[in-house]
Amino acid sequence: MLVRANVNGEWRTADVWAGASLLHMLREHLGLPGSKNACEQGECGSCSIWLDGELVCACLVLAGQAHEREVRTVEALSARETLHPVQEAFLEVGAVQCGFCTPGLIVAVADLLMLDPSPDEPAVREALSGNLCRCTGYQKILDAVRLAAERMRAR
Amino acid sequence: MEVLLPRTLEEALEIKAARPEAVPIAGGTDLMVELNFDRRRPALMVDVSRLPELREWRRENGTVFLGAGVTFTRIIRELPEFVPLVQASRTVGSPQIRNRGTVGGNLGTASPAGDALPVLAAYDAEIVLAAAGGRRRALPWHQFLVGPKRHAAAPDELILGARWGIVRGPGSFSKVGPRNAMVIAVASLCLVMDEGARAFRVALGSVGPTILRAPEAEAFAVRALADAGAWDDPRASLSPPALQEFGERVAAAARPIDDVRGTAAYRRHACAVLARRALAWAFEDRRSTSRSS
Ligand SMILES: Cc1cc2nc3c(=O)[nH]c(=O)nc-3n(C[C@H](O)[C@H](O)[C@H](O)COP(=O)(O)OP(=O)(O)OC[C@H]3O[C@@H](n4cnc5c(N)ncnc54)[C@H](O)[C@@H]3O)c2cc1C
Ligand code: FES
Ligand code: FES
Repeated sequence: MLVRANVNGEWRTADVWAGASLLHMLREHLGLPGSKNACEQGECGSCSIWLDGELVCACLVLAGQAHEREVRTVEALSARETLHPVQEAFLEVGAVQCGFCTPGLIVAVADLLMLDPSPDEPAVREALSGNLCRCTGYQKILDAVRLAAERMRAR
Repeated sequence: MEVLLPRTLEEALEIKAARPEAVPIAGGTDLMVELNFDRRRPALMVDVSRLPELREWRRENGTVFLGAGVTFTRIIRELPEFVPLVQASRTVGSPQIRNRGTVGGNLGTASPAGDALPVLAAYDAEIVLAAAGGRRRALPWHQFLVGPKRHAAAPDELILGARWGIVRGPGSFSKVGPRNAMVIAVASLCLVMDEGARAFRVALGSVGPTILRAPEAEAFAVRALADAGAWDDPRASLSPPALQEFGERVAAAARPIDDVRGTAAYRRHACAVLARRALAWAFEDRRSTSRSS
């Protein structure tokens, strides 16, 4: 089926199998591999994106459900060489090891800081409860959130 | 496989009338897992996530109607006065799941572990069903949920939403699981105290083939409160042995099984603990509201 969606500010069309997920459409049809495919069951959050401004797992959206909708992916966060403050913070603090969970976490953290610029630690843990990381033990990720929050408030 | 994207409820219902095998998809948080793992491959799917009629909720003389398409995130944001419903919604999955998952999908899946379902049972909700040509009917929740993952909507119907009478009084939802987020309940309980009708309603999730109420425990609590003269006294409470007995009677209503998430004995025990706490919390809530007003 033909799906037309506004992806990262641009109207794009893809001819996908009707049963495909939005994640599949982004990665395999639109050349946007930033959103990762790991569990395909909503457990790991590595496919986190925004659909009409809401944080969702792209693996749980049927591609057709994004027709005529607005999709924003991790690729939209940086402008060429300029990284988003959340991306900067992840790099500086060392919150990235294998990096597989990182794009999903970056999107989830950016979403959190948009809704709540000064989250306390329980709020951060709650907001990231849908994102799994097998490497870092989460401590550095929490540090990165704190740093990103400070910087974004200062700007 | 084919996917249709109707823009109005009537369009969607006409699709269901012409092709009753069409599978509705709302948030996709249950259905997409089945699709991704090739456990299901429906020939036709209908996207109901864009139907404005399903996305609304409203109060109508003493009742509230909650559209099937309202997500858990919206419930938390928009319906704060329905405390047990908000508490249940908060425990669902993660932010990503709550942003997509709907009450209608919870009802459609009809899992005994669906977290909205004990709340709807304790509210004594009815489930409103719609078919083409303006046909509507409402089923009490226990006639709608007929078994594990089975409900009573006809193939040409869609779930429009749930409706219940608004009650005055405290209530809570609680759930036992191995971690604080992203868990399927091992046992869950919703307690609603109806000060107007002087009634209690207790519903259990994950401890039977479907959602269960605990009528004997409910009647016991009503009597115990009456005996203690506590209905008229918002500062009153029940004695620890009475709370204990309430817990045991609730546990007796459970029909749990052993499975990977827990044993039947553990589940029964969890019901007793949840029930005792829920009743104690209800008294605490009453006391603090009477102090503040
Ligand atoms: C990672 C993860 C964690 C989860 N955690 C929880 C949890 O903690 N608690 C919990 O209760 N659930 C949980 N779930 C399950 C799921 O999120 C819920 O059951 C949710 O309510 C489903 O809603 P949906 O809109 O996504 O349903 P969908 O997947 O779109 O649909 C589910 C079923 O309902 C039917 N349906 C949907 N809308 C209608 C309608 N209007 N009329 C008729 N049929 C309809 C569909 O055909 C399908 O059979 C979790 C799921 C995932 C992936
Ligand atoms: S791939 Fe979507 S949540 Fe894991
Ligand atoms: S850095 Fe490897 S999974 Fe998170």
